[in-house]
Amino acid sequence: MEPILEIRDLNTSFLTSSGEVQAVRGVSFKVEKGQTIGIVGESGSGKSVTSLSILKLLGSTGRIKSGSIRLHGEELIGKTRKEMRQIRGRRIAMIFQDPMTSLNPLIPVGEQVGEMIWAHDKSISKEERRARVLELFEMVRIPEPVKRLKSFPHEFSGGMRQRVMIAMALACKPELLIADEPTTALDASIQDQILKLMQQLQHEIDMSILFITHDLGVVAELCTHVLVMYGGLIMEEAGIDDIFERPMHPYTMGLLDSIPGLHQDKSQLLKPIPGSPPDMIHPPKGCPFAPRCSYACRVCLEELPPYRQVSERHRSMCWMLAPDAPSEGNPFKGIGSKGAVI
Amino acid sequence: MNKDVPVLRVQDLTKHFPAGRGKVVHAVDNVSFQIPRGKTFGLVGESGCGKSTCARTIIRIYEPTGGKVYLGHDDISILSQKELLPHRQRMQMIFQDPYASLNARMTVHDIIAEPLRAHGVFASRQEESERVNDMLAQVGLNREHASRYAHEFSGGQRQRVGIARALIIHPELVICDEPISALDVSIQAQIVNMLRKFQQEQALTYLFIAHDLSMVRYVSDEVGVMYLGQLVETCAADEIYATPLHPYTQGLLAAIPIPDPKVAREKRAAGLEGDLPSPIDPPSGCRFHTRCPHATERCKAEVPSLKDVGAGHCVACHLIND
Repeated sequence: MEPILEIRDLNTSFLTSSGEVQAVRGVSFKVEKGQTIGIVGESGSGKSVTSLSILKLLGSTGRIKSGSIRLHGEELIGKTRKEMRQIRGRRIAMIFQDPMTSLNPLIPVGEQVGEMIWAHDKSISKEERRARVLELFEMVRIPEPVKRLKSFPHEFSGGMRQRVMIAMALACKPELLIADEPTTALDASIQDQILKLMQQLQHEIDMSILFITHDLGVVAELCTHVLVMYGGLIMEEAGIDDIFERPMHPYTMGLLDSIPGLHQDKSQLLKPIPGSPPDMIHPPKGCPFAPRCSYACRVCLEELPPYRQVSERHRSMCWMLAPDAPSEGNPFKGIGSKGAVI
Repeated sequence: MNKDVPVLRVQDLTKHFPAGRGKVVHAVDNVSFQIPRGKTFGLVGESGCGKSTCARTIIRIYEPTGGKVYLGHDDISILSQKELLPHRQRMQMIFQDPYASLNARMTVHDIIAEPLRAHGVFASRQEESERVNDMLAQVGLNREHASRYAHEFSGGQRQRVGIARALIIHPELVICDEPISALDVSIQAQIVNMLRKFQQEQALTYLFIAHDLSMVRYVSDEVGVMYLGQLVETCAADEIYATPLHPYTQGLLAAIPIPDPKVAREKRAAGLEGDLPSPIDPPSGCRFHTRCPHATERCKAEVPSLKDVGAGHCVACHLIND
């Protein structure tokens, strides 16, 4: 089946006064129909820049240096601003972390959602538009939707504002929804409500979701596949069960170990990942995780490892998966075939 | 010092803020708890529940509206700011935002040395420098970092500076107000382990505020759950997960995402419906009744009190107390 979105070897940089920040350094992945793909990573890993590159929302300093982004086989790189405006909102929609700064404080929310419909179809009458907004408000379960059409953003709680943002994103029935940390600013109980809503809506309107988060718990609740990013690269890609049960990259393993579960033995210390993330103006030439990795050897610092296919749709970038890797102290020893280079 | 006297005892602490037109924000209402020496009390709740206000009122950044705060034997809630000064060495605070809580114009050395200077601990600069360098080493930074400024550090390193500043004058009580919330996952564990190390070495007492329940369970001996300015449940940290009694605690637990896809698929238990009501006009009776799936007429009319239901597990709910 043809994927909805296919990204190949994406490189995105930002030009700053202190040098070129190489935020994304060769990212490739696919999104298929109905999938919810989670991109996990720490701040500076390139997860948000990857999603902003798809919509070309990189501001004046950001540049897509090379690569290909195809939406149903149609190349998005090289599209003009006018052409991109036909794609944003209509075919790919996005919701952001902070729903307050994403809404205009001076315009009633009903009008803001209506504007989205108008921007993509100017033939719809005002009455039809209002009816459609009302329908969207009901869909995202905003209580008393008729009354709420005329409310301003400051009259809404954080969770309700995020519902308005979701209504806006769904206004044109996009094929792909990019959600960039949509629940990070929300409390646990509200986050739970929004995640449940997104799951229900995905079933109702059959769209794919690209969900960017740093929270592995959120990934476990919502996603079907996971991309683990670090230093501008995808370190590992796998199905949801594989990533938690059979992580095949020391960084993924480190992330999973550093969060206390509800059954964590309290007499044991947590196992943090030592050190701090790399400087992306001078990214390391080898594996970006090598300076923090307890399994790293010389080759890790010098050369970027290739991807190895561990199983179907499970790939990882680690020298410890190479057939000639040392067996002593190897976390993947005895896992069987170490996978072909891809 | 008497071992049996808790390091911190908070009794009926209340903090109201004026909200204009004669209205009042009930930020903290009748909160009571105590922390024995060397232990950690975790305070959890959603934003706006009053947990940070509670901490700031204890340490007298805010003046309490009512109630008592005992630091050891001393009631610090009645002292003037001047009388409080000698007691300030005994309690220090670590803040959430390592970007906003360090002065951008001061070197790391000056930031860490400031508590020593404020309390006139050392007469000579040399002694002070030695102590600062020693503290830097203890938090995993080095001598060269002392002459730098906060903006040259990552979030995790800044939080280490914040910890060094709090611990340099050997406090008894450290209030940690969401010390890891702003940090990346891989860095959070570094900071938590460091806090635990200091606790073991120096018998520090922590009031640990967070909204991440699994982290709170891990660091705390006892946990208090706050809702709209009131404590609704307190118990041993493990018990809060094993046998949560208050419907709010149960809902909050159901809402946390669990980093295990199998558990997550099975779970899907009912979380909490609706939003937090306004603390300006909190609901009558039990403040949680507007969101509680089990609420009765009595819950709307009568305020439940925090009662011990056995083995120090306290809960404020009409359905449990009967």
